[in-house]
Amino acid sequence: MSDRLPGFSTLAVHAGAQPDPTTGARATPIYQTTSFVFNDADHAASLFGLQAFGNIYTRIGNPTNAVLEERVAALEGGTAALAVASGHAAQVVVLQQLLQPGDEFIAARKLYGGSINQFTHAFKSFGWNVVWADPDDIASFERAVTPRTKAIFIESIANPAGSITDIEAISTVARKAGVPLIVDNTLASPYLIRPIDHGADIVVHSLTKFLGGHGNSIGGIIVDAGTFDWSTGGKYPMLSEPRPEYHGIRLQETFGNFAFAIACRVLGLRDLGPALSPFNAFMILTGIETLPLRMQKHCDNAKAVAEFLAGHPAVAAVNYAGLASDKYNQLARKYAPKGAGAVFTFSLKGGYDAGVSLVSKLQLFSHLANVGDTRSLVIHPASTTHSQLDDAAKVKSGAGPDVVRLSIGIEDKEDLIADLEQALGA
Amino acid sequence: MNHDAYPDNYIRAILNSVKSIAMVGASPVNVRPSYFAFKYLAQRGYDMIPVNPGHVGKELLGKPFVASLSDIDRPVDMVDIFRNSSHIMPVVEEALTLDPLPMVIWMQLGARDDAAALKAESVGIKVVMNRCPKIEYGRLSSEISWMGVNSRTLSSKRPPAPTQGMRLSLNRMSVGGGDTAASDRAAKNKTEQS
Repeated sequence: MSDRLPGFSTLAVHAGAQPDPTTGARATPIYQTTSFVFNDADHAASLFGLQAFGNIYTRIGNPTNAVLEERVAALEGGTAALAVASGHAAQVVVLQQLLQPGDEFIAARKLYGGSINQFTHAFKSFGWNVVWADPDDIASFERAVTPRTKAIFIESIANPAGSITDIEAISTVARKAGVPLIVDNTLASPYLIRPIDHGADIVVHSLTKFLGGHGNSIGGIIVDAGTFDWSTGGKYPMLSEPRPEYHGIRLQETFGNFAFAIACRVLGLRDLGPALSPFNAFMILTGIETLPLRMQKHCDNAKAVAEFLAGHPAVAAVNYAGLASDKYNQLARKYAPKGAGAVFTFSLKGGYDAGVSLVSKLQLFSHLANVGDTRSLVIHPASTTHSQLDDAAKVKSGAGPDVVRLSIGIEDKEDLIADLEQALGA
Repeated sequence: MNHDAYPDNYIRAILNSVKSIAMVGASPVNVRPSYFAFKYLAQRGYDMIPVNPGHVGKELLGKPFVASLSDIDRPVDMVDIFRNSSHIMPVVEEALTLDPLPMVIWMQLGARDDAAALKAESVGIKVVMNRCPKIEYGRLSSEISWMGVNSRTLSSKRPPAPTQGMRLSLNRMSVGGGDTAASDRAAKNKTEQS
């Protein structure tokens, strides 16, 4: 038994999973049960008091979900993870541990439109105040820091235009401010970028996208890097102070470098309730086994499609960090050398009308509001995912009226290019 | 020994070889980390001895408290210290007077005293700092995986169905310390700053 680090593909298949002790089943079973029998009263009390490892109730934890959690933690290089019902649920649960009413967090302006919405409107009613900063201007993050700042939130590869964020530069700002850096790694997946290696303290995902990868199951996950010291200055009382709901336990003191993941589970998931179905966990786990194969194909196809579009006379501009001419190409080479992802935007010389016409003529690309599917997808963000933003905010987030977003699948690239060619040409 | 990142084999060998563990600073209060760890290690078959001068005459889960290490009537394989870093040295000095010497001195999560570690290591005692034996046992056996924790181990073998009080195999293939390197680095930076 030597200590060696298995490769990413080995972890994608094996981490967290072992043959079932009872049946010998090799695939991870779907433990489709609400509850788990206690051995006796003492065992029950130990589990409820967080003194023993084990299962109580699927809202708090489930063996199928636990395999998914350990697998993603291993792929991201974190100490622990918590699976939840969706990427949005992951964001609520994370910030609930960090912010009290009246507190602030800084978020990159370039985000998934649903996140911009959640931060701007839904969180306002919790008294969590978002302050926007520009990921292309690191100093704007520094300027946004106040004594009430509790976290910084960015996307590694940002929706919708696939721009690459300088994670290390922003992590320096976070460290100086004494707050954790949260990175949404959905569009990169740990195959392309491992944000913890670049200074992230917390990683979140919509599992719905590339990790699950098949467009069949909604899910989210939170990964604890185990890097942040929650004990200083009473700034994060959910982690550092005695918790009344657990008879005075201090989570950081008790759980050390995975205390944040435990807080998300026992204070967030337990009390807010966005549990992931074990069936979805199983579907997503199956997807993750082929993540390295799929992700490489997604990226290779995306680059070929982006190059085709860049050379097409009807196309005004292509925003894909994998293109040598792109503004984000240097950052892509540094952070995502295997590929710049498979979600990007382009604009047509014919503007909004040409975009609508293109979408209607495509035969293989599906017009829908998702990304990171095996199938290639197309959408007009200004009228859909980013429709709740005002016009100025749409442009700032890279979703202006002339912009079309693609999520490139794992079909044969020649067929994707042929489909775009016929839709653009006629 | 590099106390910033322990190879799994080092921890595994310790947990596989020690039988009796004296826990200095064991608390009878059932929300304290020392209570959790004491109870868990007792359930996994270790001969646990609670050491705390404030509770002599009482028992912890059926084991009588003793006031100090020198009051223990049998050889102690491992001294597990649940005290702040500033209170480590006197405990280590007392441990070094035991005959036979303990094989291991273990300092709990958050506790680290490099001078005390050096002293113990100079007489051949293995030292672990800023770790929890319950967490490490749970991790190497993968029992801790129930909580979504990265055990950093893999296995394609069918484990026995766990029953209460059973000792678990710690001999899974290790992913090494490398994959949570970020956390180890952060701990090291904190040590250097303090």
